[in-house]
Amino acid sequence: MHLLYQIFIDPFVQMGTAPDLFVQTLWEGLVTGVLYSLIALGFVLIFKASGVFNFAQGIMVVFAALALVGFYEHGVPAYLALGLTVVVMLMLALAVERLILRPLVNQPEIILFMATFGLTYFLIGFGELIFGGDPKVMISGPLGLPSGAYQIKTLGGFVQMQKIDIAAAIIATLMVVSLGVFFQKTRIGRALRAVADSHRAALSVGISLEQIWVIVWFAAGIVALATGIMWGARSNVSFALQIIALKALPVLILGGFTSIPGAIVGGIIIGLGEKVGEFYWGPLLGSGIEDWLAYVIALVFLLFRPQGLFGERIIERI
Amino acid sequence: MFYREAGQFKTTYQADSALFPILQDKIGIAVILLAAFIFVPLTASPFVIDSILTPILIFSLAAIGLNLLTGYTGLLSLGTGGFMGVGAYACYKLATFFPGINIVLLIVFSGFFAAAAGIVFGLPSLRIKGFYLAVATLASQFFLSWCFIRVPWLYNYNVSASIEVPTRTLFGIPVTGPNAEPSTRYIVVLAIVAIMTWLASNLIRGRIGRTWMAVRDMDIAAELIGIKLYQTKLLAFAVSSFYCGVAGAMLVFLWLGNAESESFAINQSFLILFMVIIGGLGSLLGSFLGAALIWGLPIVLRIAPGMFGLSIKAATVEHITFMALGALIILFLIAEPNGLARLWQIGKQKLRVWPFPY
Repeated sequence: MHLLYQIFIDPFVQMGTAPDLFVQTLWEGLVTGVLYSLIALGFVLIFKASGVFNFAQGIMVVFAALALVGFYEHGVPAYLALGLTVVVMLMLALAVERLILRPLVNQPEIILFMATFGLTYFLIGFGELIFGGDPKVMISGPLGLPSGAYQIKTLGGFVQMQKIDIAAAIIATLMVVSLGVFFQKTRIGRALRAVADSHRAALSVGISLEQIWVIVWFAAGIVALATGIMWGARSNVSFALQIIALKALPVLILGGFTSIPGAIVGGIIIGLGEKVGEFYWGPLLGSGIEDWLAYVIALVFLLFRPQGLFGERIIERI
Repeated sequence: MFYREAGQFKTTYQADSALFPILQDKIGIAVILLAAFIFVPLTASPFVIDSILTPILIFSLAAIGLNLLTGYTGLLSLGTGGFMGVGAYACYKLATFFPGINIVLLIVFSGFFAAAAGIVFGLPSLRIKGFYLAVATLASQFFLSWCFIRVPWLYNYNVSASIEVPTRTLFGIPVTGPNAEPSTRYIVVLAIVAIMTWLASNLIRGRIGRTWMAVRDMDIAAELIGIKLYQTKLLAFAVSSFYCGVAGAMLVFLWLGNAESESFAINQSFLILFMVIIGGLGSLLGSFLGAALIWGLPIVLRIAPGMFGLSIKAATVEHITFMALGALIILFLIAEPNGLARLWQIGKQKLRVWPFPY
């Protein structure tokens, strides 16, 4: 009886009695969710255009952030370093297309998935070799990112909003909108959608697969860079950060592998669910339920919609 | 010319469906087993046995487990590490509760606990498929990992939160715990792995294996010819987890000696998946080859610079090992996406017809 009370009544009583804390938790969840969506966005971009489940997205985030900090530490001005990192990501996209995707064209999905694992291992070793394994501080100051926090007096308490979080939310929104426009309105975007629908049909109307792959991997690289800057500004830049890629996976199955809005909505649902669950129900089970709660939330959604919230309906034929 | 099976005619159906229908294969496997059981423990150094052979055998068994699920039934799973952990922790609890029972029996029996866990976490597999299922199995991985840390009952309320293997004997010789000789443990591992591999190969050549492969090739078509999808998939999950559980129990009891939740983390799952893919999906031989390659490669890479007289810092070697492992995985996938088992088949065929091209 007491347990039932603790599960079903007590958390809601807490929410009611301390609404400021609840709002704070919601805000934290929202921000984490936005950052999860950013990583998920990288996955979706590549999956949509090449059918590759890119496990290396997490390490790409770390790699981009480390490259940026590394350039700055060698005396390159912040904005030039940003530009150089973009160039690095372009080179990475070119290398991935030339060395991995092109020889593996027409292979089953699981083989390509494994190849991105190989890429992950390679980038971990390569990154540690060049940049060292120590955590680094993100250069948020020189990049002109705000620091500090707003205190908002509301609901009989204070809600604290980090400025960097607000910036992250704005940047994420901008990226999603621009990617959406890019996909829907431009010529390349149309080609990307054609490739996503069918590789063979796209080839037959004269779309260059190689070019498309470089473009999506480059776009995913840019998304990784943005994610790296945002996550890096919140904590440090280290190889531990690639674990967050695993956090983006439930977001993906929740939103659907092929849907950009799905990545956003999924990220926000997971972020909110995770923070609220950890804060209100966490003490009951022992802390750390964050690790798997996201997956459980995603699974519950999946039982009702197996293709994710916004995924394309899976039609199977014999 | 390697060998030719010309002149060996099968006159009964049984002879045709035997495990090794060709005489040379029978002799070959007998020689390998004889060497592994007698020659290796007598001659190999404890280092070779303990850090190369035993782990390769244990990981091979886990890879066979995952191969049954991913290679034969077509269900991609990333929860292998968690299921191995269930086996290990179940074995530890069983050894605590029943100190009198033979440890080898307990190791095998702990597989049933892993199988039960496999069934529970295999439940979503009817609704969801492909990468969606792979991510769903990650849920089991993270949940189980969390349990291994947060449920102190599992590790007997140890302060260190790790499980320590007690000393147990078999025919008066210690096989587990700090006093066991590496070669003794190796022989026990080898025996379990050999028997379970034999069971697996019979399983997949029989009715059950055929239903699994039918589901893998196209599940709707399999359903239409009367295969019950749910039961088939859950059975695959159960058997696969059983194998992984036994492998996990052996990993702790017959190799590591103690373990924490970290030993069964997500990286372990990925490692086993590597072995299965590099070795060859849907091949028992491939599981062994993959395990040998993925486990052996980093060891070779670590030793190699010293052999050429190069002195490189340990950390640098570690990083280069990572890079080389990643690059080699990609290279192998490009060279032969069907894995080492396929490579072996091609090589064997080439040798059989040599000196003719075909």
